[in-house]
Amino acid sequence: MLTLQLLVSGLANGCVYGLIALGFVLIYKATEAVNFAQGDFMMLGAFVALAFANDDWAGLSFWIAAPLAMIVMGVFGYLVDMAILRRMFGQSQIAVVILTIALGFVLRFAAGFVFGHEPVSLKSPMAGQEVRFGGLVLGLDEVSIIVVTVALTMLLWLVFARTRLGVAMQAASQNQLAAYYMGIPVKRIHSLTWALSGVVAAIAGILFASKGSIDPSTGLLGIKAFAASVIGGLGSLPGALIGGLIVGLIEPFASYYLAAGYSQIAPYLLLFLVLVFRPHGILAQIHAKKV
Amino acid sequence: MSGEPLLVVRNLEAFYGPIMALRGVSLDVPAGRIVTVLGANGAGKTTLMKTISGVMDPEKGEIRFEGQNIAGAEPDRVVRSGIVHVPEGREVFPLLSVAENLRMGAFTRRDSAGIAADEELVYSYFPILKERRAQAAGTLSGGQQQMLAIGRGLMARPKLMLLDEPSLGLSPLLVSEIFHIIGRLNREQQVTMMLVEQNAKVALDAAHFGYVLELGRIVMADSAEALKQSKDIQEFFLGVRDESPRGQKRWKQRKTWR
Repeated sequence: MLTLQLLVSGLANGCVYGLIALGFVLIYKATEAVNFAQGDFMMLGAFVALAFANDDWAGLSFWIAAPLAMIVMGVFGYLVDMAILRRMFGQSQIAVVILTIALGFVLRFAAGFVFGHEPVSLKSPMAGQEVRFGGLVLGLDEVSIIVVTVALTMLLWLVFARTRLGVAMQAASQNQLAAYYMGIPVKRIHSLTWALSGVVAAIAGILFASKGSIDPSTGLLGIKAFAASVIGGLGSLPGALIGGLIVGLIEPFASYYLAAGYSQIAPYLLLFLVLVFRPHGILAQIHAKKV
Repeated sequence: MSGEPLLVVRNLEAFYGPIMALRGVSLDVPAGRIVTVLGANGAGKTTLMKTISGVMDPEKGEIRFEGQNIAGAEPDRVVRSGIVHVPEGREVFPLLSVAENLRMGAFTRRDSAGIAADEELVYSYFPILKERRAQAAGTLSGGQQQMLAIGRGLMARPKLMLLDEPSLGLSPLLVSEIFHIIGRLNREQQVTMMLVEQNAKVALDAAHFGYVLELGRIVMADSAEALKQSKDIQEFFLGVRDESPRGQKRWKQRKTWR
């Protein structure tokens, strides 16, 4: 029973990591840049939802606040790309990476300024509720995180594989020049990808804030999620989810069975092992770029 | 509008950083024709193509397509106006299937019935693509990828197709097959073609009119027949040796345009 409970809480944590990792992968796939502010996007998404939902702010119903936060973060992602990253077009990847790290710091301080540095929690219908499966008692927050994550991953996969826009996103990442030649508006596609990863970050933030409290430095979780996306294979959507789940599952088990302190190291130890033995991640896309 | 060629390029200048790649190029592509631009490596052929399709911006000059100036327009607007660029070295989307590649060629179009009909049209010209429609494009052979690149270009329903070195890296047999299809597309689908080639023989056989580009300038312009007869073209592009009575090469090698 204990194992099962550890398993579920690990899965729920892992889904949040997986969702942030999805954001990394989306942007990496489309633009070949890594957005190190993805964790801070999640934190911001959580705070935006909180501002809409909590009674000391706008006090809207959770079911209105959550979609509003998703829209706000989507617009925010679009604007970040349009106003900042489009100017970096053609610069080296290192420049983009440093820029996103800086953006993360800015977001953290801005959120701290507006919302304060004390941990706060989101008014969510999922918090504190329980679901019973036979003798098993699970938190509604944890179950809904798992359900939403699985549904969202499948939805994203469908968008990428089936819709015209999704295939164009793939095309623009596989051969940017050819995408230009075909009249695909590559820059707008990039902005839309940032918008999409903003929406995913908002969902991750809302789910994360539903099962605990958030503060402006919650975004540092992004580093762990980045490790998860590398473990899964940067560039693979299912890989991101699997990487997130692995990292999420390792933590509770490591903290229960190993001596104190090891659980913090365990995900990074795994990252080392994966990078040494499978440098392209567990679900690496099997293709080498032709010269 | 009447009388003006489909594509008119006037005094086009373009730079690669500090290097002037096009030094005032002027040329015409009349509707329904195949016009070829010959030239050695670095003559500026690809730059000319990229500048027309909007991937590069010109410094000066005019590009008029159906009377509209499109110099410096974004590539998606150029494609919408009816010009499609089939790039050098094929440049397919390697992980997308053949059918998805073709549909990306029609990205600027909205008429799904017309797109489906054109996909069948492409398959009728390139039956091998139909067999491979579900296969990832990166796994096709070089010749098949070139066919896919041309087919993908057709999916935009272009009035003018810019073909950049379709013979690159292909066997002589495949080259003649591809040029045969290019000729058929021109005759049967009324696609006007602008063809850039290093392989002057096949290009002049397929084309109606030709230009010779050297170091960013047009140095010769004539009908394909006349160019084939020209001593300079024969010597510098077609590799015909002019033997003197003493069995030696012409000792004073000068191109007429210098």
